[in-house]
Amino acid sequence: MAELLIKNGFVVDPSQKMNGDVADIAIRDGTIVEKVGSDAKVIDAKGKVVMPGGVDIHAHVAGPKVNAGRLMRPEDKLFKSPNAQEHYRVEMGFSIPSTFKTGYDYARMGYAFVMEAAMPPLHSPHVHEEIHDTPIIDEAALPVFANNWFVMEYLKKEEIENTAAYVAWLLSATKGYGIKLVNPGGTAAWAWGLNCLSIDDPVPFYDITPAEIIAGLIKTNEYLGLPHSIHIHQNSLGVPGNYKVTLDSLKIAEGVKANNKFDREQVMHSTHIQFHSYGGDSWANFESKAKEVMDYVNTHRNITVDLGCVTLDETTTMTADGPFEHHLNSLNHLKWANTDVELETAAGVVPYVYDKDIKVCGIQWAIGLELGLYAKDPSRTFITTDHPNAGPFTRYPRVIKWLMSQKAREATLDSLKYCSKVIDATDLHGIDTERTLYEIAQMTRTGPAKALGLSHVYGGLGPGLDANVAVYDLDLNNMPTDPEEIEKAFSRALWFVKSGQVVVKDGEITHHGNKRTVWVHAKVRENHQVTRDIQDKFLKNYTLGIGNYPVWDHLAPNPYVIEVDGEA
Amino acid sequence: MPKLITQVGCPYCGASCDDLEVLVSDDGKKILETRNACVIGSEIFHHATNPNRLKKPRLRQPDGSFKEIEYEEAIDYTAKALLNAKKPLIYGFGSTNCEGISAVGRVAEKAGAVLDNCASICHGPSFLAIFDNGYPSCTLGEVKNRADVIVFWGCNPMHAHPRHTSRYSIFPRGFFTSRGQMHRTVICVDPRETDTAKLADMHLMVKQGHDYDLFNAFRTVLRGHKIPEEVAGIERAKILEVAEKMRNGRFVMIFFGMGCTHTDGRNHNVDIAISLTRDLNDHTKASIMAMRGHYNIAGPGQVWSWQFGFPYCVDLSKGTHAHMNPGETSSIDLAMRDEIDCFVNVGTDAGAHFPIDAVKHLKKHPFITVDPNICMASEISDLHIPVRIVGVEEPGVVYRMDNVPIQFKKVIDGPESVPSDEELFDRIYVRICELTQTEPIWVHGKAPVPASTSRVK
Ligand code: SF4
Ligand SMILES: [Zn+2]
Repeated sequence: MAELLIKNGFVVDPSQKMNGDVADIAIRDGTIVEKVGSDAKVIDAKGKVVMPGGVDIHAHVAGPKVNAGRLMRPEDKLFKSPNAQEHYRVEMGFSIPSTFKTGYDYARMGYAFVMEAAMPPLHSPHVHEEIHDTPIIDEAALPVFANNWFVMEYLKKEEIENTAAYVAWLLSATKGYGIKLVNPGGTAAWAWGLNCLSIDDPVPFYDITPAEIIAGLIKTNEYLGLPHSIHIHQNSLGVPGNYKVTLDSLKIAEGVKANNKFDREQVMHSTHIQFHSYGGDSWANFESKAKEVMDYVNTHRNITVDLGCVTLDETTTMTADGPFEHHLNSLNHLKWANTDVELETAAGVVPYVYDKDIKVCGIQWAIGLELGLYAKDPSRTFITTDHPNAGPFTRYPRVIKWLMSQKAREATLDSLKYCSKVIDATDLHGIDTERTLYEIAQMTRTGPAKALGLSHVYGGLGPGLDANVAVYDLDLNNMPTDPEEIEKAFSRALWFVKSGQVVVKDGEITHHGNKRTVWVHAKVRENHQVTRDIQDKFLKNYTLGIGNYPVWDHLAPNPYVIEVDGEA
Repeated sequence: MPKLITQVGCPYCGASCDDLEVLVSDDGKKILETRNACVIGSEIFHHATNPNRLKKPRLRQPDGSFKEIEYEEAIDYTAKALLNAKKPLIYGFGSTNCEGISAVGRVAEKAGAVLDNCASICHGPSFLAIFDNGYPSCTLGEVKNRADVIVFWGCNPMHAHPRHTSRYSIFPRGFFTSRGQMHRTVICVDPRETDTAKLADMHLMVKQGHDYDLFNAFRTVLRGHKIPEEVAGIERAKILEVAEKMRNGRFVMIFFGMGCTHTDGRNHNVDIAISLTRDLNDHTKASIMAMRGHYNIAGPGQVWSWQFGFPYCVDLSKGTHAHMNPGETSSIDLAMRDEIDCFVNVGTDAGAHFPIDAVKHLKKHPFITVDPNICMASEISDLHIPVRIVGVEEPGVVYRMDNVPIQFKKVIDGPESVPSDEELFDRIYVRICELTQTEPIWVHGKAPVPASTSRVK
């Protein structure tokens, strides 16, 4: 019986409304408990901040497009990879780190869980092979649904029950977690080289609109009562003036109530909202519409968002939004990878430099932060960089610094070549809000855990939760005046305990942990029509046998399966 | 009662067909019949139950003969050979599963070896082009369901991938290609009149070594510029006609093979083929794909990219990080410069594929082959370790030529006591840990191999 006591830290845990209270965290057998015996190993956290392990709701960390990025970008490794820690695997890459480096770096930052944001179902064994090779951190993956032939065919006929049966089957077959939408209809159009740029653009051949796909999948999600809501990357990403499309799609959720047993309140999670909050009608008059978008989010409790903050780095963009990557490539003319996936989806990969000397990049950077500062409810607004699209996840500490310190924001603003143009196109310069540690914990722990329907496992330090505890070198009573110290503290946890095991000490990995793969098994009534449809498409259109499609159990050797009774 | 196993994967060529049916004897030990496989695919299943199959490692004796030894001894020999070498090279992986490839990755990292795969001598130039230009591609189902213009450039699937044309590229009736072959225009670019060329609607008999010129001509035409009367031995009118076919296609698919990567221009041919694909996407939808040779030769490229960041030529000899620089860290170049002082050939036949001078250098040092079968490499080895046959006796994940992962099942039990590649290399790993008195590094979900199983006096 392994017991651990983290003593005397300033506990910041919004799930228990603890805001720096000095308290002890007791751990037994991987779980947080009321108290432990006197033999427990003690970690002295006096004068340090103690938080639940971080929860990342959206990052591209495992699977074919991440790996396409790794494969085609040797330059992301050279001079950008640290030397291996002795007794640990080599760590390669910056914006698209190797699986080992991914696990180690999340742990060093005190993160316990990451959601792989887009799993092409046909490639799910690949996604799970990579998750398998990513140490320490728990992971789940969201299969993409919004350009899938089955889904479009059922929803065209408004058959929610059939859609639900298909979704349930696919979640089990791919060991997936929930319903991801990427550029609904637009990626299907891309199979013919086209796109859907508004939510009323009909999908070629399918005679359905993005709006109908979104509405149908919300209904399906709540019909099944899944732990997470639909998780949407909207149409028209990255295009000047797209905030109108964003508002149009958010409105689809109006009046819909969450139906689930997991304490989730939202019915739509709108991801990397930064890329969807653009005004102007060209790159010349490009401007922020963060306020308009956030005003809407602030007044609609059944929506959650994550930021997708631009970090001003050289990075690698990758998304199932195939037409967007093609478009981006026509702007920067760097190399371009694309994979269209039969019946299901597509993906593109393009390297990208968010250059401080380019006006648009500066504006994008400002928009991400404005959104984080305008949010009235930090527990519905989560910190992400849409890793690696707007920047690598290893920059979360930097985003936290910017959100917590106006001084840090101004310093970066000053360093932009087109500083005054960025100031004109955004509100950032005038915003004096500084996020507190409590709010940061809401935005990186409690909030995302709840939105994922996982607040019974992650995101808090209450008894019964999984023992994921990070200790940071920050003194609540004497917070550093130099914002760089904030970034430093969040980059390297003093201690990180993952599922009861000390995995990081003084920012270095000390143990490979006991990682888990989380997925959802939704039970539904037998549905003969859907079963027949699936068999039929595998016979006629897929190039893979249906028997070889479901992911083998041994690819995910330490499963944490969430059972959902979709019949109830 | 014999048992019919369906949806079986074929561990032979890069088409990685997974629709084979194998009739297996009652006791699950014999293969009675295979269905759906082409001739070469069928062969591999029947080979498995060949009574002459090796069941023990063979170690070269001072008199030049082979002597059967126990696996323990072979594992110890390999571990020591790797540890004693300054720059060991572990090469191959055309024919094993990703589980085995991953286990070898851990060994190579521990031993400070160079890891390389057969791409080094076949689609390596394609990787170089991808590093420069990307890879706009798709899965084979997209070809089947949508492609109406198919270009085979420097490849001959009728011989190298016999069922490619029936399963994916020419004949199948897909969703938007309901008339199958009638729906498609097939164009073959090849200096020879291959069987694929004979099957094609149009054959461009490009002048040997002038592929780049012809690609360039297509790009020039598609961009609205003039070209000479004749390019690469092809008349202008013909080039214009084919360019027009591509521009008017709804979905253009370009497959390329060794005819591009191993003729004058090499990686530049692939690079411009990718650029042509990019250009075509301004007019219509177009995609490109390398015709990878073996059923899982895309596998090491995937596994090592996620483990080390590089698909091939991975030098782990620095100990602190991986380093890739084809030309410097590529197998043939290393061997030709005589830098390799221990060679492990896994699931391929370097004896047959490497230049003779490279083999001569490698032969000066421990030369080990891990392969189910006897091949040229095994016969010149100091040690040959037989393993189970993936896809026949051992399940595992493999990556088809379009990088789609396929979970191959096994159909019969392998010979008793013969390990899989994965088991073998895990035991070599444990032995290396024992010899260096270090702790094994974690592998998720794998019970640590008890040290005693590999103890040798
Ligand atoms: S085409 Fe290739 S994979 Fe298919 S049966 Fe023949 S050898 Fe096997
Ligand atoms: Zn994303």
